Amino acid sequence: MVEMVSWISALLVGAGSVIVVIGALGLVRMPDVFTRMHASGMIETMGATLMLSGMALTAGWSLVTLKLLVLWALFIFTGPVAGHALARAALYAGVRPYLRDKEQIARVPQRYGLMPPPGDER
Amino acid sequence: MIYVAAALALLVAMTLAVVRALLGPTVFDRVLAGNAIGVLAILLLCVFGFLTERPEFLDIGITYGLLNLIGTLAVLKFWKYGDLAHDDAAQQDRGVS
Repeated sequence: MVEMVSWISALLVGAGSVIVVIGALGLVRMPDVFTRMHASGMIETMGATLMLSGMALTAGWSLVTLKLLVLWALFIFTGPVAGHALARAALYAGVRPYLRDKEQIARVPQRYGLMPPPGDER
Repeated sequence: MIYVAAALALLVAMTLAVVRALLGPTVFDRVLAGNAIGVLAILLLCVFGFLTERPEFLDIGITYGLLNLIGTLAVLKFWKYGDLAHDDAAQQDRGVS
């Protein structure tokens, strides 16, 4: 039984590591800020959840598990706040989502900051 | 040992995030990368605590997490208003905006 729990814990931590690396790869490979936020969200939700739950299984019922739970709650509650502020700030500063259809970009209301000159950026 | 592998994976991910912070065309890419680096650093602290069997590192991780959010929001606010003490509601009351 103890053997089993340690195996599951290792599995969870390993899966979390894989997700974290995938998220970081997405951070480098994605074309613009908004899609990169999607990749970065992987790190702080799925990756962190898997890794912290794996560590909690190793720790068992103790103060360490409570601290891991606090850390997890911190990720879950602050991640969306930071992401929302970032997306809003980027949109109001004039960054436009990467769309294939240029007319669709032009339809974004002008009150969201100035249009960037076409062709440059990213 | 799985924690060594996890620490290495986190270091690789941090390197990739640093690459994005250096390349990032806009300031928001850099802020995003900085936020991701903060999250990865917290996870690395936890993993390191379990690796050396010293769970005190978790406390440092919690402190780091609180500072990370404040830092991200402060940079964004500074970028928008050029002033960390800016109060949008008070400005609108005075009709300045």
